[in-house]
Amino acid sequence: MGIYIKGMGNISPQNSWRDTPLLANPIDYTGDRLKCIEPDYSQFVDVKQLRRMSRIIKMGVAAGAMALREAGLNTPNGIITGTSYGCLEDTGIFLSKMIENNENALNPTPFIQSTHNTIGSQIALLLQCQGYNQTYTQRAFSFENALIDALLDLKDNPEQSILAGGVDEITDFSHELQKRFGIFRRKSSSSLNLFKEQDRGTLNGEGAAYVVLSGIRGEGNAICLDSVETFYKPLKTTFREKIQAFLESAELKADEIDLLMIGKSGDKTWDMESDKISSSLFSSSSIGVFKHLCGEYPTASAFALWLSVSIMKDKKLPDVVLQKDCSRPPNNVLIYNSYFGKYHSLILLRTC
Amino acid sequence: MEKLIGDLKRQIIEALNLKHLKPEDIGDEQPLFVEGLGLDSIDALELIVLLQQHYNIKLADPQEGPQIFKSVKTMAQYITSNKTA
Amino acid sequence: MKGRVHVAGTGIISAIGNSVPDSLLSFKNHFSGIGKVTLFNTIYENDLPVGEVRMSNAELSDKLSYHPTISRTALLGIHAAREAVRSSNIDLGKWRTGLISATTVGGMDRTESFFNSFLKDHSKGKLRDVVHHECGSSTELIADDLGINGFVSTINTACSSSVNAIALGARLINHNRLDVVIAGGTDALSKFTLNGFNSLMILDRQPCRPFDAGRNGLNLGEGAGFVVLISDRVKASVGLNTQCYVNGFANTNDAFHQTASSPEGRGSFGAMQKALDMSELSPEKIAYINLHGTGTLNNDLSEGTAVKRLYGDKYPRVSSTKAFTGHTLGASGGIEAVFSILSIQHQCVFPNLRFETPIPEISITPQLNFETGLDVNHVMSNSFGFGGNCSSIIFSKS
Repeated sequence: MGIYIKGMGNISPQNSWRDTPLLANPIDYTGDRLKCIEPDYSQFVDVKQLRRMSRIIKMGVAAGAMALREAGLNTPNGIITGTSYGCLEDTGIFLSKMIENNENALNPTPFIQSTHNTIGSQIALLLQCQGYNQTYTQRAFSFENALIDALLDLKDNPEQSILAGGVDEITDFSHELQKRFGIFRRKSSSSLNLFKEQDRGTLNGEGAAYVVLSGIRGEGNAICLDSVETFYKPLKTTFREKIQAFLESAELKADEIDLLMIGKSGDKTWDMESDKISSSLFSSSSIGVFKHLCGEYPTASAFALWLSVSIMKDKKLPDVVLQKDCSRPPNNVLIYNSYFGKYHSLILLRTC
Repeated sequence: MEKLIGDLKRQIIEALNLKHLKPEDIGDEQPLFVEGLGLDSIDALELIVLLQQHYNIKLADPQEGPQIFKSVKTMAQYITSNKTA
Repeated sequence: MKGRVHVAGTGIISAIGNSVPDSLLSFKNHFSGIGKVTLFNTIYENDLPVGEVRMSNAELSDKLSYHPTISRTALLGIHAAREAVRSSNIDLGKWRTGLISATTVGGMDRTESFFNSFLKDHSKGKLRDVVHHECGSSTELIADDLGINGFVSTINTACSSSVNAIALGARLINHNRLDVVIAGGTDALSKFTLNGFNSLMILDRQPCRPFDAGRNGLNLGEGAGFVVLISDRVKASVGLNTQCYVNGFANTNDAFHQTASSPEGRGSFGAMQKALDMSELSPEKIAYINLHGTGTLNNDLSEGTAVKRLYGDKYPRVSSTKAFTGHTLGASGGIEAVFSILSIQHQCVFPNLRFETPIPEISITPQLNFETGLDVNHVMSNSFGFGGNCSSIIFSKS
């Protein structure tokens, strides 16, 4: 039984929501921070309701609306969101005021909006969706957990439609703080050349991407979400076998993967292992990369899903994504994401 | 009182992020809640904070809110009778 | 045909005890853990009662052999998860084992001290105080402590979080993706949440009175509660004698308002009804409902309305244990799951402290005493949160 991708919405540091050919004009950033290109939110939400929404909530709501629009749905049966940092802006605002005002006269709105589940609940509120509503916040597995949950649900109820997404933002505070951990490139004049310049450090990214999944196929060609798996601190010695076992459950071998979409971050320390896996197991596959387009953030795999599905629909791999071209039509696509060496995940997509 | 009402309208717009409104769009006696501006319980809490921040008035019991926040005029009247130095 | 998901172990820490047996004793003695804030300095020290765990960070980290600078949320979680695993006698390494935790606060207790310095100068503040800020981080500390590196997940749906964690664990076992799941939640008290709830004006300045006509808000609490769930295969293989299983659960959204529940309690009603549907139980089979019962004007009326919609006047024994523990936010579902399981194991129900007068609109009188010698075969536990996230779970006697 297939789980079909019926619609997608993506707000990212690239032109991912405007009606243009996929990555026709990729945007190049200088510095260590990539910022989302945002639509006019009043297209998606009434101005009176927009007033209370912080940026990340608007991004999530709009991406969700785009996905539903593409799927031709008014309301899904369930809404599942993955977000690692949650609503950072409001958390920072409330914390700052609490300290500055010495706990006096604190505005409740930023506190209410600071909880991780605000994104998913706002979507539910706007759509009056009383169905299943879940929020995962397991760092770089947040989006994958959302997909796994959706797959479980649709296996039991294939007639339903589930909206699943991954959302994370950068704020000035969070960027300053993360910089202190030394994880970003000290100097970067071109994000698009991230992988051409071997160096320590990655680029900070953000985004909101939602997908509508259903067990009902509909007309025309279809792209299926086959399976998802997460690996927390996998042992180097057994990880390759786990990848092969994952593919075997889908009755596939590594050499049947047409495109490996690999979540390298641009930091040579962490990328070494990803490169080894790609060259040893997937030597006959085309290789694509994506974090030079969206930056590194815990739910970047949501961007990768949008990108991979778009490529499968177009049957074309944009040059800006392609690192190695084996000239095979992208029918079996494996997204392999890794995050600072600790979190590894696999998402398998197939045309069906 | 007129100046206070004018100030209040600007402060309400700012506190509640009613960017789509100008002070002259809010009637002095226009209901703020349910009908009229259609504000809700979270807005009521924000108005309580507004009283504290701008007028140093602390409203301990949110149940008093509905009467005080009926309109900009009732808010102004309450502030005038309760304002501490 | 799906098998059963059995409860093999439980672990808990809260204001009424640092273990499952201690908690039971507190219920028997009607001992409430509500008192003054001692964990941090606050201008509300004398105004806002809370339910603190009676262990400092130094004591917790010493007992658990951790550096005292890791977040309190993680320490509480590790404490309770260890008890749950110990009580289950399961060798986690032998099985496909997962950990699903829940938290709303994460490492905020450390972040707020960091922010004090960071706010004035972005180069100040100790990074070790924020390295575990994210919710998922406290879960990883628990996973690392238990040696789990399979499926690890964290849910944050406000106060319904840990019921959702337990439900996900059951689903993963039912779908044969995992054999053993440690599921529940943990939340430490923090200045951030105390001030947050205070800004909403829903904190009672006295010890809370859930479901009472004169109730005036909630008291915040902290703690952790975990259960060990196992499949039929694990139960048979280990030869365990388990006393109860997860019979039904549901997750709905009220979709009414960001913080308030709908007057008719549609989200709560939906969650309770769907949990019953899943368990194929009629409402009168439920011997006891552990209410969400925070003590706020809105929740108790809304939840009570939903209970009356389901039962009319023939409602079962009901009580809110939050009068004992305070509202432990993301941990409340896990903590109250442990209480629900205790209720089945000991055939007892727990009292609803400080109740005097029924809410006039619903006329529900909760359980007033700790009572044993009852026929408790099925227990329902409710957890309803901000954002309209409503969840209910039913545990049944094996």
